[in-house]
Amino acid sequence: MSIQESYLEAGPGSRLFSWIFSTDHKRIGLLYLMVIMSLFFAGVALGFLMRLELISRGPTIMEAQTYNSLFTLHGVIMIFLFIIPVTTSVFGNFMLPIMIGARDVAFPRLNLLSWWIFVAGAALALATLALGPADTGWTFYAPYSLRTGQYVSLAVFAVFVLGLSSILTGINMITTVHRLRAPGMTWHRLPLFVWAVYATAWILVIATPILGVNLLMVMAERFFHIGVFDPALGGDPILYQHLFWIYSHPAVYVMILPSLGVIAEIIPVFSRKIIFGYKAVAYSSIGIAAVGSLVWGHHMFVSGYSYTAGVIFSLFTFLVAIPSAVKVYNFVGTMYRGSIVVDTPFYFVLAFIYMFAIGGLTGVILGALSINIHLHDTYFVVAHFHYIKFGAAALGFFAALHYWFPKVFGRMYNRGFANLSLLVFFIGFNLLFMPMFVLGYEGMPRRYFDYLPQYASLQVLSVVGSWVLVLGLVMMFGNLIKGLLSGKPAPQNPWGAATLEWQIPSPPPRENFREIPEVQHSPYHFENVRRELD
Amino acid sequence: MRESEEKHYIARYTTLVVVWVALIVLTWLTVRVSGLGFGTLSILAPFLIASVKAFLVVDYFMHLKYERPFFKWILLVVLGMVVVVAWLVYEDVAYR
Amino acid sequence: MSEGMERTAHRDYTGAKIGMWLFLFTEFFLFFAPVLLYTIYRFRYHEAFVASSHELDLATGSINTAILLTSSLTMAVAVSALQRERARLCLWMLGLTFALGAVFLANKYFEWAAKFSHGIYPGSDALAGGPPGQGIFYGLYFFLTGLHGLHVLAGMTLIGVMAVMVHKKRVSAADHVRLENTGLYWHLVDIVWIYLFPIFYLVR
Repeated sequence: MSIQESYLEAGPGSRLFSWIFSTDHKRIGLLYLMVIMSLFFAGVALGFLMRLELISRGPTIMEAQTYNSLFTLHGVIMIFLFIIPVTTSVFGNFMLPIMIGARDVAFPRLNLLSWWIFVAGAALALATLALGPADTGWTFYAPYSLRTGQYVSLAVFAVFVLGLSSILTGINMITTVHRLRAPGMTWHRLPLFVWAVYATAWILVIATPILGVNLLMVMAERFFHIGVFDPALGGDPILYQHLFWIYSHPAVYVMILPSLGVIAEIIPVFSRKIIFGYKAVAYSSIGIAAVGSLVWGHHMFVSGYSYTAGVIFSLFTFLVAIPSAVKVYNFVGTMYRGSIVVDTPFYFVLAFIYMFAIGGLTGVILGALSINIHLHDTYFVVAHFHYIKFGAAALGFFAALHYWFPKVFGRMYNRGFANLSLLVFFIGFNLLFMPMFVLGYEGMPRRYFDYLPQYASLQVLSVVGSWVLVLGLVMMFGNLIKGLLSGKPAPQNPWGAATLEWQIPSPPPRENFREIPEVQHSPYHFENVRRELD
Repeated sequence: MRESEEKHYIARYTTLVVVWVALIVLTWLTVRVSGLGFGTLSILAPFLIASVKAFLVVDYFMHLKYERPFFKWILLVVLGMVVVVAWLVYEDVAYR
Repeated sequence: MSEGMERTAHRDYTGAKIGMWLFLFTEFFLFFAPVLLYTIYRFRYHEAFVASSHELDLATGSINTAILLTSSLTMAVAVSALQRERARLCLWMLGLTFALGAVFLANKYFEWAAKFSHGIYPGSDALAGGPPGQGIFYGLYFFLTGLHGLHVLAGMTLIGVMAVMVHKKRVSAADHVRLENTGLYWHLVDIVWIYLFPIFYLVR
């Protein structure tokens, strides 16, 4: 099917309105893509400036107050406006209905509303940039967040609004998977990406409201002094931390699960082999969501809470590594004795496994109480979470972009250049973040505007890494945009995959399927599908 | 998967009124027992009665009793989450 | 395309209910967190909580509880009535539910006004000068009953909209899931109050 007859073609009336008021899950996915990628690059710019400031000691290009605001906004944008929503709202929206054989999600109008709420939240967050950004860090800890004169209430309200968007998306995804599966699409024939998004949606529904009310209470504290978190009024700021992390820890699984799902889709296709241990991988998504809801206290080991709680949370933190490890073993087990096709998405997979291993293992390290005392709030933590959130989760999203690009846009990008951009990104990323493990181990605290002389050389190395990383990102997205504008038309099934989205044209028609398919078997059998790229 | 001809449970008016009477009686009871028990345990009795009332509303007014098992499972998941979260927070607060 | 989708979407009765129940669970968690904080502070400041609780008007609180329970009854009857194609009974019941909700809010208004006139409001000097437990009791009281009141208002709005749609026959026995979902929302508002009543009015 040509691009003219697909979902990309504008309906009657204004082109813009037919997109921003569309209830088509594919268009909504792209609307999310456009907004989120713009915000991502804003966040990258902030990070770039932060790094630049740290190229030398003392104020270099900004004062301390500005630096505090930058890392706060960098965190808010990257976490709430990029990595939490991106894979679920872009590819969950676009691909999930097609992968289960449906024409759309369960509540298409609610889906559009979710996007509009997201845009509103983004606008509010960016407004604080202009008015007086919060300087509390993206974690908004009490009591400082109750006292500081900046626009904290506006910032937390923006996050509250974004939470609403998350919740509605979660409700939509859960209902869609339960109600709209095609005939024959049993739970155990669902693609693993669907399992991943399903587990993610449950976390969104259960955990987000707790953050929402926590932030409302911060606002009530700031405006009305209700006293629950304010020690001057008899309140307990550690309770703020509990409520904050009860959401924010499961949130990191929201960030990584969909990416793990993407990787689980790509590996079988490029190994020409069924996934090793389908049920284990599927249920490990649920397991990660469940056990991951019990570990939040590992962010609070040195907060002053009870030692008993610390021991319990440390134990659960070790336990949650198990389902994650199951996935990695099964990924590698799939590749073993497979017929590997080395192509762009597969390179992303290799990079992902490396990043996920480092990020995950350093997380386990941080989960040990005695070690945490030395590493808490140091650069070690910064390195850990960037490896897992940026190196793994975001890379999973980039992998999804490179895997599903031909399906979404009906064009191919330059794969050689994409591979090169990944390499540059990979080198830059490691130069930027690997030294931070050492810096943290040697005692450099995070969120510090200045540093002692002994940290200088590694800081400079890290800054240079940031430049290489940005170059890699520019190359990667420049390449994709070029492919979008002038890439060769893509075949229906370039990679030879077996999931339902590859059985419809690239790009998909408006209603996805001419007829709802009748599903006969699980999605990782490659005997009858051929790779259609050279 | 789309059923336009589903059998819907229709609550009987009498059932609803009987449940309402029970709720009112339990409310009166809650007030009566609130003085019993000492210290912090005094919250327990009213809380338990409140939970009975809540379950009456959920089961009969919200028809959960007559819904398919899926709805009951997710209620269980929610309650489980609540119990576990409260337990873990108490592990902190109780031992500081 | 959207025409077809909307028609089929309306017919997925179970799907619509799943969506509503999931949303209700998010509301439940929204109220759960401050109540959890309440339990902790009640333990920490038991005496001050007892003293402050006695300052609340038990009669008004009990009457309000009875009002909401009754409004839940009328709401449930409204749904059953519509399912039995008794649209007029349904409308009467919706009207009654709405009115009961309004009375509840009016009572709350008077309660709050009385407290304010005694200098008891979040951040007031009276509270700042008193024991910390008292300030936190009232902080939680105003926050939770305020949040609950907003939900009562939202529920009343939904009920008003439903009444119009029932009247216009857009919601009927053949397609009543939106009314049922409105009922579910209203019942949740009732359940939240079922818990808020003892934790604020009955601390002894």
